[in-house]
Amino acid sequence: MSVEANLDLGDVDEHELPAGSPHLVADLRDKLMATGRSWGVRVFAVLIGLGLWYWAARVHLDFYIRFDNVPSPVIVGEAFWRHLHETKFYIHILVSMRRILFGYILAAVVGIFLGLIMGRSRFARDFLTPYIELLRPIPAVAWIPLAILMWPTEESSIIYITFLGALFPIVLNTIHGVEQTPEVLVRAAQSLGARRVQIFWHVVIPAALPSIAAGLAIGMGVSWFSLLAGEIISGQYGIGYFTWNAYSLIIYPDIVVGMLMIGLLGTFCTYGVRLLTYPLLAWQRRAR
Amino acid sequence: MVAQVVKLEKPAHSTLPSPAPRVPPQKGHVLINRVAVIFGRGAGAHAAVEETSLDIAPGEFVCLLGPSGCGKSTLLNCVAGYVAPTRGSVTVDDVPVTKPGPDRGMVFQQYSLFPWKTVLDNVAFGPRVAGRHDGEAIARTFLDMVGLSRFAKRYPGELSGGMQQRVGIARALANYPSVLLMDEPFGALDAQTRVMMQENLLRIWSEFGITVLFVTHDIDEALFLADRVLVMSASPGRVIADLAVPLARPRSPEIATEDAFIRLKRQCLERIRVESMRAFDQMNQ
Repeated sequence: MSVEANLDLGDVDEHELPAGSPHLVADLRDKLMATGRSWGVRVFAVLIGLGLWYWAARVHLDFYIRFDNVPSPVIVGEAFWRHLHETKFYIHILVSMRRILFGYILAAVVGIFLGLIMGRSRFARDFLTPYIELLRPIPAVAWIPLAILMWPTEESSIIYITFLGALFPIVLNTIHGVEQTPEVLVRAAQSLGARRVQIFWHVVIPAALPSIAAGLAIGMGVSWFSLLAGEIISGQYGIGYFTWNAYSLIIYPDIVVGMLMIGLLGTFCTYGVRLLTYPLLAWQRRAR
Repeated sequence: MVAQVVKLEKPAHSTLPSPAPRVPPQKGHVLINRVAVIFGRGAGAHAAVEETSLDIAPGEFVCLLGPSGCGKSTLLNCVAGYVAPTRGSVTVDDVPVTKPGPDRGMVFQQYSLFPWKTVLDNVAFGPRVAGRHDGEAIARTFLDMVGLSRFAKRYPGELSGGMQQRVGIARALANYPSVLLMDEPFGALDAQTRVMMQENLLRIWSEFGITVLFVTHDIDEALFLADRVLVMSASPGRVIADLAVPLARPRSPEIATEDAFIRLKRQCLERIRVESMRAFDQMNQ
């Protein structure tokens, strides 16, 4: 083929393409400013929340909801500061993190596997759906007695409960993702000579990835959500146990410290999951 | 039947590259033998394609022309192997078609590139799943042919519709198919891009000598591209005319203003009109 023809096409391409970014520095500056503004708003929102909380606790607000026994953010902050200097607090956190890690990784592996086969096989789907649908609405707390009876150790029953929490969102999102695989892409792969396994690997799984990633992020949140229920079983350690214990001993500031810690750790871990799945979805961000 | 192609000297002002001296193609003989496709069962059954027989010669460029719902895509899908004919059979080079395969390259209307693979990996997909280790080299050759080498590392979502379709053509060709099946591939493109794509396709076809079966509802497109136009009509879907297009090659878009082109177009329109009148009368009886 001739070179002119190539150049010819090349010229048209430039018009077809979205405007390039010759102003790279300006773009970067705009981006940084947008990010900065965005974080500014977030911090501001948290400060407003803290301010309202402080005010409500200070004036012992009693307007349907009562704040007279709610510790103020200053007291909670002091308690938090105190715990930060105790080794035991870190043990609580580490023990919880380990449980989440085991339960969650297990849920990710099992959940993605079940979701993939349920999405592709009618039989697997019909067979497993009753279990998924029936077990899904059962709250983690309701599992405590059975978990204690079923599992050999305390630790394994707690991990089981965090596992269950993460499992369902991961399974359901994976199924959803697999179902969304565009038929035309499967057909294209077939006509290019791909076999079933190759289609699964190169088409079905990548097509489901955005949805699987969403399921993994939601699952991490629910996993922490279930942790407190799991750690009610525990006799010694865990941030859920810490919170539950504070409640039993009526140490109000510590209850809030435990709650906020669960929230923070959950957010932190969900962010970690998003960070890990981020590179897998590069193609989505680069679409026009 | 093969259309009589009158070879003329290439006009000097043409920007198209001169085609390589053409060796008569050996592969790509498509035989559609009394194929009928009926969708549904019992009272709800309807014939998408009525018994149709076609003999498409190796290297021939054939357009299936007809309104939407006339079964032209269904017929194409029978050759592709996506639809099993209710009766009859399709063979390509004497091998019966039972399922989709890399010997019949498929180009879809739109959005059929794998969005998670780069342009290069899309084109290399066929050779790679066939177990070839030179997939990347093959892909680069074909990307060069459609003029998109510079976009090898981009993702499909970053490309315009026309560019995506060119990648789609390169991807289908990377398997060295004997037949290229195209289902309204330029239907979603704007008029200017479409004309460019058509010229491009003719150039590629003249280099490869590959059999092309091209579905379209655009008469001008069919006449510009094809050696032979099969006019189809709806309910039931069937071929109502088999027109040879003896226009000189290489063709440029100006051909649409020539008398021979206009005569052919009038012929096509007449067949379609007569047929739709007949269908209309039948409906009103």
